Amino acid sequence: MSEAVGVSIRESSQGYQLRVVQEVLLALLAAEPSHGYQLRARLQLALGPLAASLNAGQVYVTLTRLERAGLVASERVGQTDRPDRKVYALTAGGQARVAEWLTDTSWPKPAPAEFHLKLVAAAAGGLADPVRLVDAQRHTLLAELAAVQRAALAEPDDSLAGLLLEGVVLRLQADLRWLEACAGYWTATKGR
Amino acid sequence: MNASELPLRAGPVVCARGLRMEYGRGPALVRAVDTVELEVSAGETLAVMGPSGCGKSTLLHLLGGLERPSDGEVWLARRRIDRLTENALARLRRGAIGFVFQAFHLMDELTAVENVELPALLAGQSARSARRRATELLEQVGLSDRADHLPSALSGGQRQRVAIARALSNEPLVVLADEPTGNLDSTATLDVLRLLDSLRSAGQTLVIVTHDARIAATADRLISMRDGAFVEETRLTHGTTKRLGELAGLEG
Repeated sequence: MSEAVGVSIRESSQGYQLRVVQEVLLALLAAEPSHGYQLRARLQLALGPLAASLNAGQVYVTLTRLERAGLVASERVGQTDRPDRKVYALTAGGQARVAEWLTDTSWPKPAPAEFHLKLVAAAAGGLADPVRLVDAQRHTLLAELAAVQRAALAEPDDSLAGLLLEGVVLRLQADLRWLEACAGYWTATKGR
Repeated sequence: MNASELPLRAGPVVCARGLRMEYGRGPALVRAVDTVELEVSAGETLAVMGPSGCGKSTLLHLLGGLERPSDGEVWLARRRIDRLTENALARLRRGAIGFVFQAFHLMDELTAVENVELPALLAGQSARSARRRATELLEQVGLSDRADHLPSALSGGQRQRVAIARALSNEPLVVLADEPTGNLDSTATLDVLRLLDSLRSAGQTLVIVTHDARIAATADRLISMRDGAFVEETRLTHGTTKRLGELAGLEG
């Protein structure tokens, strides 16, 4: 049972990154035809230190998949001093997909329900002190906040990647604020 | 006694043993600080977090010699300070400890540079060298162009940066900061955060008491406090970039 759950989480994680990279490559190609190296450079600029979490060759593999799906078409362009390179352009199908992505307002969901239920169950069964669980969780998130913040502070003021890291910092802060509310609630409950 | 006189590797800069602070008696007894053991090494930044009323400010006051403990010991470098005379303690606070408060505590009638040079003047430095040092410090906190402004002409973030510059005036062994961003909006918080982070990088020993997760996350070590006691401790090292990707939603 637990193994099945673990497998499904891993699959969705890889699938998620694949989807994001697919969408952004299509959208970048909507501006003008381009080649793999240039697309990769633009992704790296936007992601900064986060680019390291892209799988090696992800951009090239994704372009091949998109071509197979009929969303992009490629053309070989000869170069005088180097081997030919493939220049990719959007097909009509690809253009429709980009329009859909740009107007899609779905948003990755934060997930407080599991932790909330963990605290409820721990308190109900006397399994653990919910306040201690909150403390431990808070320290894990704070360690993550520290890592992200150091990466953010290392970026220059006008950095694109810095803007992304700021988003991560703010979400972690929101989670930490909620944990504070949890600690308050469960501390008060202890006295009742 | 200041940082330049501190022998290298002399053990912890700040040390508390069995530290206790009690108010009231009998059933009304409140233990604001309950048997705390603490060591802060040279160059370390320590953050203490906890809900309001958990005793973290009292702890900071005890470490800085602003209050005397009910029980236990406080050491600064190799000197026990909780039993010093009032005069000796005042001298020590002026020379070896830099304080940063939530409400800035600047002198309203003095300009920024005059505020910053004040501790050096009180410590007996010449007017000239105190002014030189204050000018350098204002530059370090990015406020050279505000040197001649009164605090009332400065924003909250700028006032706090002046207060931090003042805290550094006598090259203190340790800077003790009590909710340094408690009165600031998010942009000003970010300025103070960058400044504290640069102090950390420069090797200044710092103890910051805060409820602001972002400020706490600049520390090397983090302690949570509840009901006067330490409940959780974490060393904040740099995380892996792999995990960053997960947090940013680049991996599910």
